Amino acid sequence: MRAKDKLGKDGEDLAARYLEQAGQRVVDRNWRSGTGEIDIVALEGATVVVSEVKTRRSPDYGHPLEAITPAKVQRLQILTLQWLRAHGMSGTGYRIDAVAILHDGQTPPVIEHVKAVG
Amino acid sequence: MGLGRTFSVALVGLSGHMVEVEADICQTLPAFVLLGLPDASLNEAKDRIKAAAKNAGIPLSRRKITVNLIPASLPKKGSGFDLAILMSALQAAGDVRPSGGTVFLSELGLDGRLRPIRGVLPAVMAAVDDGHPEVVVAAANRAEAELVPGVKVRSYGTLAELLLAYGADPVPLLLPVGDAEEALAGRESPTAGDCREPDMADIAGQHEARTAMEVAAAGGHHVMLVGPPGAGKTMLAERLPGLLPDLPDHHAMEVTAVHSLSNTAAHLTQLLRRPPFENPHHTATTASIIGGGSGVPRPGAASRAHRGVLFLDEAPEYDRAVLDALRQPLESGNLVLHRAAGTAAYPARFQLVLAANPCPCGMASGKGLECSCTPVQRRRYFGKLSKPLIDRIDLQLRLNRLSLADMAGAAEQEASRTVAARVREARRAQRERLGRWGHELNSEVSAELLKTELRLSPTATVDLDKAMERDVLTGRGYARVLRVAWTMADLAGLAVPDRDCVCTALAFRQQVGAA
Repeated sequence: MRAKDKLGKDGEDLAARYLEQAGQRVVDRNWRSGTGEIDIVALEGATVVVSEVKTRRSPDYGHPLEAITPAKVQRLQILTLQWLRAHGMSGTGYRIDAVAILHDGQTPPVIEHVKAVG
Repeated sequence: MGLGRTFSVALVGLSGHMVEVEADICQTLPAFVLLGLPDASLNEAKDRIKAAAKNAGIPLSRRKITVNLIPASLPKKGSGFDLAILMSALQAAGDVRPSGGTVFLSELGLDGRLRPIRGVLPAVMAAVDDGHPEVVVAAANRAEAELVPGVKVRSYGTLAELLLAYGADPVPLLLPVGDAEEALAGRESPTAGDCREPDMADIAGQHEARTAMEVAAAGGHHVMLVGPPGAGKTMLAERLPGLLPDLPDHHAMEVTAVHSLSNTAAHLTQLLRRPPFENPHHTATTASIIGGGSGVPRPGAASRAHRGVLFLDEAPEYDRAVLDALRQPLESGNLVLHRAAGTAAYPARFQLVLAANPCPCGMASGKGLECSCTPVQRRRYFGKLSKPLIDRIDLQLRLNRLSLADMAGAAEQEASRTVAARVREARRAQRERLGRWGHELNSEVSAELLKTELRLSPTATVDLDKAMERDVLTGRGYARVLRVAWTMADLAGLAVPDRDCVCTALAFRQQVGAA
């Protein structure tokens, strides 16, 4: 596994644990369709929460949240609807969150959770 | 947390309008939205601000920042809002304490330095008038801002120092090391200071022209000099500002404000006390003389010459449109420029000095034997100067080439200082006489006043009346001769102009008319 993929995988694991602690129940991870990939799908009460996880070693190339562009958010909307249909849950209330992780490998990772971005 | 509010000033022409800068931080993905009619250069502020904040050590919030410039209807442009926007955004994030009514006027460098901006003087004047006496400017603009009475100026070299003063967390701040600050301080002193004005003593001969310049200086009259190359037209014109007295406070303020807007390189550190001298080249466009440019128009040479001298050398070589555009400011003393983006008013009460050769080849003086121009060429040359423009010139004189005798007498010419003393005295007499009608100079007196309260006896104006009967003078010309006559009387120490004064004034008017 390449270093950047490893970082991304570690970040997603961290995010999943963080979301579980925050009261969400993770139901699916790395779900793919022709459109792209959803990092984490979780349930918060009756609401389906789709989270996009971005991990960076340092903010030198921009903060991880800045990498979530409006186009990316739009794609997540489509992916969410596809996921809901694939699981027979069309019409369920949903939300899209972003989780940013700064993790340089030495100091404890910094996690930022922004709710309802799209 | 959540909302920040600061103040800045938008300049439309010379008049400043307070702008309230609101910033809101919304808990969603990072974005920076600037509302309130910003132009392209102001939209660039977003990136400058982001970089400056990061390099000062306190990056902007990683959320959506919405900045609103109020009133939204007022067009805003330029980089002077950078600091106000940044401070508003940092207040919204809770990084610094609220700044109350303080007005921020500075551009930001990517490195987090505060950069000087144009037009600080008129902007600060507007802020103080509007009840915002506390301003923050770049160190290089400090002296200029302090020229405004009643202002409390604070200036900083870098953003980090400013943020520290506003209660930012000192730990992440990247304060400058000593050297950088000294380098900044050393750069801020190229003043327009005291460059010496040329002296009348340098001019040989041309007694009549010297008198005309003295009269022009004393009464604020416009002059036209026609003569062959080398007669000294340009030298005379350049010496007119040296004869004018220092500008009083309120005039100096106006002049400095205009120059603050048009000055790019040198930063003003003191009020401009000497009357300005503008000498544009004859290829100048209407926009460069009158004022113009994209968006809200900027002042041109005519406004930069406000309370000073606008010298048009080789006047017939100018575009006719340029010359005729000067007619309106010559009458009203100001320029109102209308553009789609807004209307700007600039003062333009200048003394016009025109210089011209007598014909295209320049040799048609004296008997004109060397002149190789055809009569049609000569007519066409002067035809560029329209009658309505010439009619507004009070003193029109023909210069001849110097003779040997003139050259020999050069040593005994009066110095500018002596002439300037007489001019001061004559101006004092004018102020005393005209003060009750709100005028300071004979050239400002209305035709109405000349006909009523300042009416001369028929014996004094007998020659002028004859000229009017013979139809060689317009009504405006009649009034202008009277104004010059009053100035002559003031210079001669007379209470009222006599027939001699009126005759001389008339003679000064008619020399070029024949051409």
